[in-house]
Amino acid sequence: MNIHEYQAKQILESHGVNMLPGKVAETPKEAEAVAQELNCDRYVVKAQIHAGGRGKGGGIKVANSTAEVKQHAEILLGMQLVTPQTGPEGKQVRKVLVAEAVKIEKEYYLAILLDRETSQLTVIGSEEGGVNIEEVAAQTPEKIIRTQIDPAFGLTEFQARAFAYKLIANTTYRPIIPNATALILSLYEAFTNCDCSLVEINPLAIVSKDDELEIVALDSKVNLDDNSLWRHPDIAEMRDPYEEDPSELEASESGLSYIRLDGDIGCMVNGAGLAMATMDIIKQNGGEPANFLDVGGGASVEAVAHAFRLILADENVKAVLVNIFGGIMKCDTIANGIVEAAKQVELNVPLVVRLEGTNVELGKQIIAESDLDVQQAEGLSEAAQLAVTAANPA
Amino acid sequence: MSILVNKNTKVIVQGITGRSGRFHTEQCAAYGTQIVAGAVPGRGGSDVNGIPVYDTVADGVAATGADTSLIFVPARFNAADSVMEAAEAGVELIVCISEHIPVLDMVKAKAFLKGKPIRLIGPNCPGVITPGECKIGVMPEFAYTPGNVGIVSRSGTLTYEAAYQLKRLGIGQSTCVGIGGDPVIGTNFVDVLKLFEADDDTHAVVLIGEIGGTAEETAAQFVKNNMTKPVVGFIAGQTAPPGKRMGHAGAIISGGQGTAADKIQALKDAGITVADNLATIGETVAEVLA
Repeated sequence: MNIHEYQAKQILESHGVNMLPGKVAETPKEAEAVAQELNCDRYVVKAQIHAGGRGKGGGIKVANSTAEVKQHAEILLGMQLVTPQTGPEGKQVRKVLVAEAVKIEKEYYLAILLDRETSQLTVIGSEEGGVNIEEVAAQTPEKIIRTQIDPAFGLTEFQARAFAYKLIANTTYRPIIPNATALILSLYEAFTNCDCSLVEINPLAIVSKDDELEIVALDSKVNLDDNSLWRHPDIAEMRDPYEEDPSELEASESGLSYIRLDGDIGCMVNGAGLAMATMDIIKQNGGEPANFLDVGGGASVEAVAHAFRLILADENVKAVLVNIFGGIMKCDTIANGIVEAAKQVELNVPLVVRLEGTNVELGKQIIAESDLDVQQAEGLSEAAQLAVTAANPA
Repeated sequence: MSILVNKNTKVIVQGITGRSGRFHTEQCAAYGTQIVAGAVPGRGGSDVNGIPVYDTVADGVAATGADTSLIFVPARFNAADSVMEAAEAGVELIVCISEHIPVLDMVKAKAFLKGKPIRLIGPNCPGVITPGECKIGVMPEFAYTPGNVGIVSRSGTLTYEAAYQLKRLGIGQSTCVGIGGDPVIGTNFVDVLKLFEADDDTHAVVLIGEIGGTAEETAAQFVKNNMTKPVVGFIAGQTAPPGKRMGHAGAIISGGQGTAADKIQALKDAGITVADNLATIGETVAEVLA
């Protein structure tokens, strides 16, 4: 699960990560009030959306007065912010974070994430902060610092300190090392306490405040492990339904795995791998999949019917391809689900079904005997071709 | 011969009294797998269809000599802890079917296994089957038939699909291993490839990967440097958008890493024959074996 920057800030600050004072606001007036409360020389007003590249899209603005904070908030709130990560339609800004703006001396990159190769958490850092870390990793891998964390002992203080010394190599900044060490340790605490899947500080900055150097997490991104949300009800509540596709949300609430795509051929498949491969074979036959949908291994007639409704609710869908390899999931269950769904929602697009496996004959029979207009395919290639043809009538 | 499991494998099932544990235990036993015990805290002394249930895995292993554990314990009942319990009880192989296990729990469980002579398959996997001898998992048995092709895969249904395509072409399998769709898994592609390479009854291997991580790239390097047997590859997710988790927790393209195109290229660079699409996995193997 993704959360907003202001929510990430709440989580990290509660674990002792040093960040600049600031608060979230939903109206220009609130934004101004936050600024008045902060009472500093300069402010930054940051649009809160679940996408990176906000600065490039004009979603981060600096203000020199509380009145200017209000003006910026008026522009940002309600706007469709387009960034390199949002797609051309952009995302609507519903909240802004108002924080103190300070003079930045030096920016770094700092993150904790899972290293899948070693199955251990890893601290990653680079003195190239404030930029795209993937580019740094690709072009100058020697500038990336890593420390592996043994889960039996967690991140130790000496490891965090050694990391801080390597990251902040410039000796001018030596006095900041103890605070940097503490910040890295706090970040790890937050990661493990909240079951994060990614904690990223970009930039981590050395700033000058009242002529004193300070190390602060200027911008933060926190992703949570979906499998652990049940044991963090407070964090689960941070989910912002406006940031998620309503169909995807509805699907996850009923145990289905659904992701909306741009194409016009709806797909219903059992198993994540088979669902991906089905999307691929549609594309190879000249079509475009409208969605990823895994009904799971043991879905009921109701779940199948629900999945079907989700697919048909997408106005772009011009044909539906059902591809089931029945194992635990029986083909007759799928067939009954399709017939059931067709009773509930009007089936106004061509339907192609490929069933294989457990109770396949029974499943085919149920579909054949229904009064539904269904094309049954024998093989996968045939199914994909039929679906593509159905979606693109000559 | 085969790898990992055979007719002599003795299995203890953790979570045998749950709905899916009970159902699949029956299926495995009917296939001929020696299910010798179950382990469920508080149910010691009872039985499930004549299979004795013990309170702890250690008790079950001591009483029956089980060498393999099959885990159906749901994630919320601390399935990762069940993995550690099995390891401590001294089994040689742990097959964990449970899905949705918190990542940090698995990081810990995997560290617990480190240095112990124990292999973990999964979690979030369909299990392992040596057709005609032993099924430890949830795969539909009709899809398989004994033979000489090994299959290793991150995806359950894709494995069934591939095995069934092979079966219909008259090609059987030595052993099929579902390594699981999570970011932290006990056994990876390379571990299984090593076993297949050493197994006299495996003449060719099918490797089924998907987007996310770099396990396929690592496997490709291993194949190039260490394998003498032909390998056929397939990668799912060419049309998957970046940043979206495609059903499996581990199936996500992030930071430009883990794309299907990169993986397919890595496999091809290693001399692996890659099936163009899902429908041609079987044919491609047949061509390679011909």
